[in-house]
Amino acid sequence: MLYNQPDPLEVRILSKRFGMPDSHTIETYLATDGYKALEKALGMTQDEIVNEVKASGLRGRGGAGFPTGMKWSFVPRQSPKPKYIMVNADESEPGTCKDRLLIEYDPHQMIEGILIAGLAVGAQQGYIYIRGEYRYLIDIVDRAIDEAYARGYLGDNILGRGVRFHLTTHSGAGAYECGEESALLESFEGKRGIPRIRPPFPAVAGVYQSPTVLNNVETFCSVPPIILHGGAYFAGLGTPKNGGTRLFCLSGHINKPGVYELPMGFNLMRMINEVGGGMRNGKKLKAVIPGGSSCPVLKADECDLAMDFDTLAAAKSMLGSGGVVVMDEDTCMVKAALRIMRFYAHESCGWCIPCREGTTWLRKLLTRFHEGMGQRSDIVLIGDLARNMLGRTFCPLGDAAALPTISIVEKFEEEFVAHLNGEPCPYDKSSRLVAA
Amino acid sequence: MADLVKFTIDGREFEAPPGTLVIEAAKRAGIEIPSFCYYEGYSLQAACRMCLVEVEKMPKMQVACTLPVGNGMVVHTDSAQVRASRKYMLEFLLANHPLDCPVCDKGGECELQDMAFRYGAGESRFTENKRHVDEQQWSPVVFYDGPRCILCFRCVRACDEGMGVGALGVVNRGAVSLIAPNEGDHLNCDECGQCIDICPVGALTSGAYRYQTRPWEMEHVGTICTHCSNGCKTTLGVRNDEIIRGNNRDRSGINGEFLCIKGRYAFDFSHHADRLQSPMIRGAGGKLEPASWSKALLTIAEKFSQIKARDGKFGVIGSNHTSNEENFYLQKFARQVLGTNNIDHHRTGDVVTLVDALSGTAGELASTQDLYERKAFLIVGADLAIEQPFLSFQIRASKRHHDAHIYVVTAGNVREDQYSTRSIRKGRGTELDALAELRDALAAESELVIVFNDSVKGDDVRKLVEFGQSLGIAVKYCPLLDYSNSRGAIDMGLLPELLPGYQASGTPGLTVREMLAADDLDAVWVVGANPLKEGPLGSRNAFVVVQDMFMTESAQRADVLLPAASAYEKNGTVTNVCGEVQRLKRAISTIGAKPDLEIIGLIAKEMGLAAQMGPWLPETVYNEIRRTVKGYDIPLALVTVGAQQTTPVNGRVGVESRPDLIWSAHDSLFTSGTLGRYSKILNSVIEKRLTLAHPDKEEYVRQ
Repeated sequence: MLYNQPDPLEVRILSKRFGMPDSHTIETYLATDGYKALEKALGMTQDEIVNEVKASGLRGRGGAGFPTGMKWSFVPRQSPKPKYIMVNADESEPGTCKDRLLIEYDPHQMIEGILIAGLAVGAQQGYIYIRGEYRYLIDIVDRAIDEAYARGYLGDNILGRGVRFHLTTHSGAGAYECGEESALLESFEGKRGIPRIRPPFPAVAGVYQSPTVLNNVETFCSVPPIILHGGAYFAGLGTPKNGGTRLFCLSGHINKPGVYELPMGFNLMRMINEVGGGMRNGKKLKAVIPGGSSCPVLKADECDLAMDFDTLAAAKSMLGSGGVVVMDEDTCMVKAALRIMRFYAHESCGWCIPCREGTTWLRKLLTRFHEGMGQRSDIVLIGDLARNMLGRTFCPLGDAAALPTISIVEKFEEEFVAHLNGEPCPYDKSSRLVAA
Repeated sequence: MADLVKFTIDGREFEAPPGTLVIEAAKRAGIEIPSFCYYEGYSLQAACRMCLVEVEKMPKMQVACTLPVGNGMVVHTDSAQVRASRKYMLEFLLANHPLDCPVCDKGGECELQDMAFRYGAGESRFTENKRHVDEQQWSPVVFYDGPRCILCFRCVRACDEGMGVGALGVVNRGAVSLIAPNEGDHLNCDECGQCIDICPVGALTSGAYRYQTRPWEMEHVGTICTHCSNGCKTTLGVRNDEIIRGNNRDRSGINGEFLCIKGRYAFDFSHHADRLQSPMIRGAGGKLEPASWSKALLTIAEKFSQIKARDGKFGVIGSNHTSNEENFYLQKFARQVLGTNNIDHHRTGDVVTLVDALSGTAGELASTQDLYERKAFLIVGADLAIEQPFLSFQIRASKRHHDAHIYVVTAGNVREDQYSTRSIRKGRGTELDALAELRDALAAESELVIVFNDSVKGDDVRKLVEFGQSLGIAVKYCPLLDYSNSRGAIDMGLLPELLPGYQASGTPGLTVREMLAADDLDAVWVVGANPLKEGPLGSRNAFVVVQDMFMTESAQRADVLLPAASAYEKNGTVTNVCGEVQRLKRAISTIGAKPDLEIIGLIAKEMGLAAQMGPWLPETVYNEIRRTVKGYDIPLALVTVGAQQTTPVNGRVGVESRPDLIWSAHDSLFTSGTLGRYSKILNSVIEKRLTLAHPDKEEYVRQ
């Protein structure tokens, strides 16, 4: 069963099997070009595979958008230690729900991508770190891994070609922070999920301090089409330096929320109005979070832009993880800021001071403010505290909490002012908990 | 060595070896980069973000504690951005801090206070509710006040990396993270208190010190711990002539800031209510009755003079705790005044055979610094972490910092097993059987220190040295001993067969065991020891003089009992297990008691022999030691500021040691001979452990 109906504007490369009967089985996969990229890759050299991925312009789909081919080329060829592939399936960014579909509907595509990455860097063991809340996905992946072993796509002698690769799932325990790559590695190794000091980066010292390719699920899923159809083909689907398609997760106040695969650089307003079916109940657009809750929000008049990494960076936001959250005119932006901060305060790992103390302070402050107990100086303070976290935390979680807050308080200051003087929230008259 | 890296900090150019961290480079240049979580010697955290600095050509501020200096790097530690960052980091830290400084033990010496004073804002913008969690007691020693904690994880690292115990961890996440014992609600650890002293704030406080005083009300006296043989420097905090606290935060001395529970807290025996405060003389009714010093000394002098006049037999038993000066003076008294070699002490390790076996070599006795710097260690027989905590700490640090290889041969499991290259189990006394299988591995090392306890004595010491010399690498040795001046007792000739400096005494006198067994001694003089704990005195009619702090088994048998000062109440020198001479400094004065040196001197004076014995001033006696005892020609000034290793005779020792008389008490972390019996803190730990082990038992029998 599909979560949402496909849209004609979609370019379905990674999601082409979504909706097919038994799309998660190896039979369906094999019947639709499955593992053909692997067979092709088995005939390629390591450099050829890496170069093909470089040519595709594929950039990491986890959020940071680092060029994947380049990341793979950082893995030392000669290493006395074993090399590993680690899949980041700890999809936790609010507004993002693409990896779960890729895993649920088409686990073999991810496995094939992992295998090709293994060939590219010479790894013989892969791990899939799946967030604890995705318990049901672990069963799906485990079954797919079993199928792959049974058909000879995994094991000590893959397809009789003398290549060895093993793959195992690993469950997270429910921490957003463990989606940060080095915290994921710590958690995977059975330690407290806190980030590592970097450098060294995972390409040099990842799993068990060994060279590791660590990518997002969608990144790995993009690899089989790249190898099968060529890097140039994939690159041509998107805009310059932003190769391929991307699974956008449309949510919020629109008529047709869902996960849609669109070419990189697809216009955001078209995404909302055409793919998303327009604003719900004919309301006006107020703001959009373009790439998951850690991205600075865009005001309605800033949304006419191409959804790729560079355009959004130029607009002082981020493409992030593809979670597009659309907010209409009835949305209280103070409450939105509070909701985001509640998340980050809850998920801060507590390792470094600015994130640990800053998120909780801001959560308390925004809560009080939204309840109508704020003062004018608090508006300045909210921005100040967020800016004091920005760029000073150990890992990007602090920035993730600070950036949306700064953008909301800067772009929607009048909404904060409207909460002053003990007045109830203009958008939610019942929100005031304390009588004036 | 690689070329030095050239870089600039705050407009000044510096050079440092590659890999030097910016925070260290700045420190050496006299530029302070504040930090909480960075702690020299322990793993890097980059958690507190106080050390953020500006580095040109880098987009964001960088943490100086993980950033190595690079060629041409330009660092700014005092820019507006850096100052603002520090100020706001402290604002974050203080947001939830209870600011209960007026009642906090740390007040006045708190790093958070100092940082806030220097780098912080004058006011707080935090107006929300603060979190609160109740204070917890984790052990008799350790209390944790969560709200004060800034989560710098120093304690976790000190316990795990420094002590090899790993009793502390972190629970919860985010702002409600807390430090917690890994065993849930209580600590099962060494109770060393490192976590408490390393805490930059008052989150961890000690049961021994909390709410006792304000730090500035104390005077601080650096002296040497009087418990085990490791000779750690402990800085005693003294208020109104009472020791309130022990620590070594200034990192002076051989031990840096390391101390175990004994050095840090077990000074409390010195003000135990049972301390003897007045001389006592056995009265007509056979009971010990208080007497004046003059009467007691006169009684002894008369009796000693009578016995001496009729050529009676004396037995003198010395101590493992008394100072070098006292030991020297005592043996001089015995030999020159009483005319006897019947002088001995409880021997705890076979240094004598080792010195003899190493005859003709130089520099083969390991120093405590060697235990940190050398690349390989062979530990024979000893449960080092329990019995020799500082030596164990040094070897752990060598493992951590120099990747030292550790080989262990013991009867039971020991802490060193966790990080040893090889651990072999051999029954007590048969440890040397394992040497053959270790030979190849040890010979492949670049250098080695062999640490052995009383399992190896007599001919076994010679075998061990033979083995060491046959490896073809540089080998040093460390013979373990029990108490604070066990080594000094040997060096100063508290032995019937040896004069000071390992010189044969000619006609060996009676050993401790022989003195106890003899039935014809006319006088027995016990100074700071408790030989009668093992059994009654054979010479039932002997006149017994005992100098002690407490009413021990031996003291109860005394005819004249003299109250002695503790090591913290006198000046002098002691020699630790590695032969390092260090200076005792008087921290408090005594009520009623006198230092043993003074007591011995006063007895000599009463006997009219003051001129023969010389002044009983520690400095004077030390100068005599310098002149007459081989290896001890070390200026007092040197041992005052630090430790100086003695260089014992380089030549054959003319006598055989007595392996049959050598036995270690194998004191644990929580026992310390007689002193341990009177230490409330040590006993409270033992009691707590027993309660935990036998929750149903209301009563327990103390060993």
